[in-house]
Amino acid sequence: MSGRFRTPSGGRVDRRRTIRFTFDGKSYQGFEGDTLASALLANGVHLVGRSFKYHRPRGIVTAGSDEPNALVGVGVDDAHYTPNLRATQVEIYDGLVAESQNRWPSLNFDVGAVNEVFAPFLSAGFYYKTFMWPRAAWAKLYEPLIRRAAGLGRAPEQPDADRYTQVYAHCDVLIVGAGPAGLAAALATSASGAKVFVCDEQAEMGGSLLAEKTAVIDGLLAADWTAKALADLAARTNVTLMPRTTAFGWYPHNFLGLCERITDHVAKADPKLPRERLWQVRAKEVVLATGALERPLVFPDNDRPGIMMAEAARIYANRFGVKPGDKALIFTACDSAYRAALDLKAAGVAIAAIADLRAAPGGLWVDRARAAGIDVRAATVVTGTSGRLRIDSVSLAKLGPDGRTGASETIACDLLLMSGGFTPSVHLFSQSRGKLVYDEALQAYLPGASVERERSVGACRGISDLDTVLNDGAAGGSGAAQAAGFAGALGGTFAVHTDSVGTDGFIGVTPHGGHPSKTRAWIDFQNDVTAKDVKLAIREGFRSIEHVKRYTTTGMATDQGKTSNMNALGLVSETLQIPVPQVGLTTFRPPYTPTTFGIFAGQSRGDLFDPLRQTPIHDWAVAQGAVFEDVSLWKRAHYFPRAGEDMHAAVARECKATRQAVGIFDATTLGKIEVVGKDAAELMNRMYTNAWTKLEPGRLRYGVMLREDGFVMDDGVVGRMAPDRFHITTTTGGAPRVLAMMEDYIQTEWPDLDVWLTSTTEEWAVIAVQGPLARKVLEPLVEDIDLSREAMPHMSVREGKICGVPTRLFRVSFTGELGFEVNVPAGYGRAVWEAIFAAGKPYGITPYGTETMHVLRAEKGFIIVGQETDGTVTPDDAGLSWAIGKAKKDFVGKRSLARPAMTASDRKQLVGLLTVNPKTVLEEGAQIVADPAQPIPMTMLGHVTSSYWSTTLDRSIALALVRGGRARIGERLSVPMPDGPITVELVEPIFYDPKGARLDA
Amino acid sequence: MPDLAIRENSLGRLASAARTIPAAMLTVLPDAAKLLFRGRPSSIDAAGKAFGIALPMEACRFATSGNRTAYWLGPDEWLLQAVGEDSAALFAGLAAALAGHSQSLVDVSHRSDAFALSGPQAAYILNHGCPLDLSLQTFPVGMCTRTIFGKATIMLSRPAPEVFHIDAWRSFAPYVWQLLDEARSELA
Amino acid sequence: MLLITCPHCGPRAELEFSYGGEAHIARPIDPTGLDDEAWATFLYKRSNPKGVHAERWRHLHGCGRFFNVLRDTISDTIVTTYPAGQPRPALPSDGKENAR
Ligand SMILES: [Zn+2]
Repeated sequence: MSGRFRTPSGGRVDRRRTIRFTFDGKSYQGFEGDTLASALLANGVHLVGRSFKYHRPRGIVTAGSDEPNALVGVGVDDAHYTPNLRATQVEIYDGLVAESQNRWPSLNFDVGAVNEVFAPFLSAGFYYKTFMWPRAAWAKLYEPLIRRAAGLGRAPEQPDADRYTQVYAHCDVLIVGAGPAGLAAALATSASGAKVFVCDEQAEMGGSLLAEKTAVIDGLLAADWTAKALADLAARTNVTLMPRTTAFGWYPHNFLGLCERITDHVAKADPKLPRERLWQVRAKEVVLATGALERPLVFPDNDRPGIMMAEAARIYANRFGVKPGDKALIFTACDSAYRAALDLKAAGVAIAAIADLRAAPGGLWVDRARAAGIDVRAATVVTGTSGRLRIDSVSLAKLGPDGRTGASETIACDLLLMSGGFTPSVHLFSQSRGKLVYDEALQAYLPGASVERERSVGACRGISDLDTVLNDGAAGGSGAAQAAGFAGALGGTFAVHTDSVGTDGFIGVTPHGGHPSKTRAWIDFQNDVTAKDVKLAIREGFRSIEHVKRYTTTGMATDQGKTSNMNALGLVSETLQIPVPQVGLTTFRPPYTPTTFGIFAGQSRGDLFDPLRQTPIHDWAVAQGAVFEDVSLWKRAHYFPRAGEDMHAAVARECKATRQAVGIFDATTLGKIEVVGKDAAELMNRMYTNAWTKLEPGRLRYGVMLREDGFVMDDGVVGRMAPDRFHITTTTGGAPRVLAMMEDYIQTEWPDLDVWLTSTTEEWAVIAVQGPLARKVLEPLVEDIDLSREAMPHMSVREGKICGVPTRLFRVSFTGELGFEVNVPAGYGRAVWEAIFAAGKPYGITPYGTETMHVLRAEKGFIIVGQETDGTVTPDDAGLSWAIGKAKKDFVGKRSLARPAMTASDRKQLVGLLTVNPKTVLEEGAQIVADPAQPIPMTMLGHVTSSYWSTTLDRSIALALVRGGRARIGERLSVPMPDGPITVELVEPIFYDPKGARLDA
Repeated sequence: MPDLAIRENSLGRLASAARTIPAAMLTVLPDAAKLLFRGRPSSIDAAGKAFGIALPMEACRFATSGNRTAYWLGPDEWLLQAVGEDSAALFAGLAAALAGHSQSLVDVSHRSDAFALSGPQAAYILNHGCPLDLSLQTFPVGMCTRTIFGKATIMLSRPAPEVFHIDAWRSFAPYVWQLLDEARSELA
Repeated sequence: MLLITCPHCGPRAELEFSYGGEAHIARPIDPTGLDDEAWATFLYKRSNPKGVHAERWRHLHGCGRFFNVLRDTISDTIVTTYPAGQPRPALPSDGKENAR
């Protein structure tokens, strides 16, 4: 049995398939095709949550994605748990575990409801006014308090176990919404042969047609016509039907985000399938058929469980076979609620009365209601409701022509249905930056001028009668196909038998005669904002709806005010006595409904979050037990610890081995660019500070590159391979930026130069062999290259073979020792590395990592761009004036170096620092001051850029940028630290072999 | 003198453990000599003659003859690929033919590794990270282009309706392969 | 995500491109001949219009070429794209702006 409130027959649920699920630990049954909301209602459960601020008991209000109250957490465990799902969208399956939120200890008894007592203190702007001072109270007191008291769902603590994928797709026409307008558009546009996507957020396509019992389209009952239309569309190979797919966001140039829910409704999902798929759709044309949402009426105590939208109740009865109550009272401002009353009556719900806000309701639907024996009361309003966990009675009063209410009468009921008319869903249109236009007659914002290639059809543009909706959809679909370049769309008309429910409605707060400060009429159910709050905001001077929204938080909940925005506008308009358009309109932003983080992450998780760039030598380093560090996207060996060694010990050993014997280092990640063409040297002259014309083939030079603003951008050793060919190296992280800047100048400033660039970063594996024994290791391995001191001096390059494969062999050193960098084609990198390592064994060859490389270069005072420089350092600041070609008329950045600020004597300049206590190692980034006793804020003179323990020197060393530093060499300054200031002496930024004798060995 | 001309492919290990998913197969392509040619319009004919294939002048197209393919990469840039050939010999031949021309020739044989994604669902799987419209109308057989896949640049070409070739720089190739392999899980 | 038409490759997703700042700011032929203010203007001053903006994009993950785009900064509408080195195309609205 699936509940006492299930109708004996009817609805679209499959009554042969009973589904068992739990809600708050209690077992229930429903039918296949039920949502959690319809199944709970079938069991008589209305109370499903507590409100955000006051913890008021709340029930199911709608039957769709606009639901403000019925937010639930779903999932058997934390790895599969999703909070804040709308029960109206959750499809039940066997074993579903759902729970209510925002209540403790239980839904029926919630301690947080004590907030009700404090309600007078929780008015509009309460957060702004109350939680201001003292600041220290925020972290310890206010924030935890607010989070506990005003929480929405609980965030799961386990990593999400599900898969999510992202896929790009293209179509000629994307149709959003598969109600009558969307289906008609799809039939018309797809007849042209255009590639068509149709998405709809619901499990079953058809929209309002699924709750339609009497309308006839082209001779078929609405449900049969819908089934036929869907079958026709499914049979067309150019149509993709996407149910359970929410178009949540519109991004520029007809790019839409669609979230497809794939496994959430399945008891035993195929583990290969993603839980959700993000469709990133680029559509030539978009047809918005997003329908309209029914508006609540705002009256005193309109938030009790059992108070529901009239159309939602009709959907529960007609589509799900569920009676939302035994005895309903209806409060309306339009005819559609009469239709709902008649359908509910047919389903077995007693109708206590229809209270109609309008002075003289009449016409077909009113007549039908009266004929059915329903007590219709014109000019009647609801002045209050009662019932703690469920509504039990309603107070009605007559509304006089003067707007005053008469004596009230109390009527018992367990269901109060309301309808203030329909608000077109213009969210996606507005996200597309189309202009909304206010329609006075409809009291609604409608799509105006388009910015993107889209069109709205049907109810989302204010059209409501089924025949006009269908024909509008067909015309729109046909127009979209034509606009996408397809002729032959069918824009036919439909023969429809149905009765109009008109377009009456109401926005704002219904008259109730209650005391304004003692009556609470909810505008925004989810954020617990009342009419009183909005009025208070206005009294306090807020005028624009953007400000009222932020002050009161109306419309700022996860439903983005789908049910509340128009009523808030109406109230502000009425209070200020200004027309609605003058109140302004808040901005619609993605996502249309809350969307999981999972689809935004997609497959970019774990090792696939970013490319893990590895060199050809990576696996060897792994096998040797290297510890790795991230350098841009690269994994680089940081150090190679032996058993029992920490980083300090490993680095000390690696440094010593390299200085005394020979070390081997993987420098493959260095950026490399081949510059080729007869104007190659000219380009080099313009791009680098150095002079290149006279550099002979076979020689290397250290080059410095500036940005046009004069600051150091990159550096690296450059080899001239031939008169028209240079081999540039860049920093590991700088390669793409250097290549892009050089391409920019070649393409856009100097297109006359005959020179071209090719990235060769990944063409070459680079094996640095450094140390006094480096030559001995390499000599037996090379062919056609004389490695002797005379034949191949420091800063030269030779081409030949090593281990039988081609090499560009650089004699270069970033360590200060005799050194070589062996470039070989990357595919041979591992083999050559292993051969060199084997050849070096007799000499004690030691692999070293980036940490040792850093220490060794710092001992020599070699800078690292990005460590000694930060984008505000000139070549002179970094001690690189010698690298500037003085005779060159121009190079990128040269003019900027002549600006007054760039030549000031008190610029921060590179110096060495020696701590007075040689055992103290400074912290990189530490500030340098003259007087550590100076009151805060102290005058900061500079900062430490590099700091290491030097095994070679048996003491600490550091590099720093200090104001006017070169003139201060010999002075003592201070580095203030939490444990007290550290005294340092400024020295030349070179600590080891200042004459460079070892390099030239 | 040890002879170590044993080239290591960055996809070797992944390829040997690849799953068989007929709807979207992943297969490593054989090593090739690859030269990047850039130059003035006046040098293009000479390059094509020396390579044996007229360089495609239509944007985003490739031309194949035997084991050699010329890929248009940009208005002054072509990738000249010769499967199974020695790059040094190829380079020397072209360089000699192009002497005196305004151009650049660079050996990039080891810069990238290539693999094929093939099968009826190849385009769908490729769209898990590649933003191109891969319908045969907009991405026909014979088309090639650099594009993006996830966070990596790739060179994509389509030699047959259900076959894509993906050429990616060595250190990005495993990422591209693994991301595609993850995406095709739902077809396993 | 913008859809940008590369003059060589046709319409492509924004992901394939990198942005290159305002277009038609040529590097002075002889920077040393400029005074500090003129050089600073070249380096730092940009028009930042509300409306149609001529800007540089590069088809970085594509053909690699820099080219120019006229984009409306209010609506993100791309009016046209054209190769680097070509003058900014005249727009129907240009005359009106000049008249004001
Ligand atoms: Zn392009």
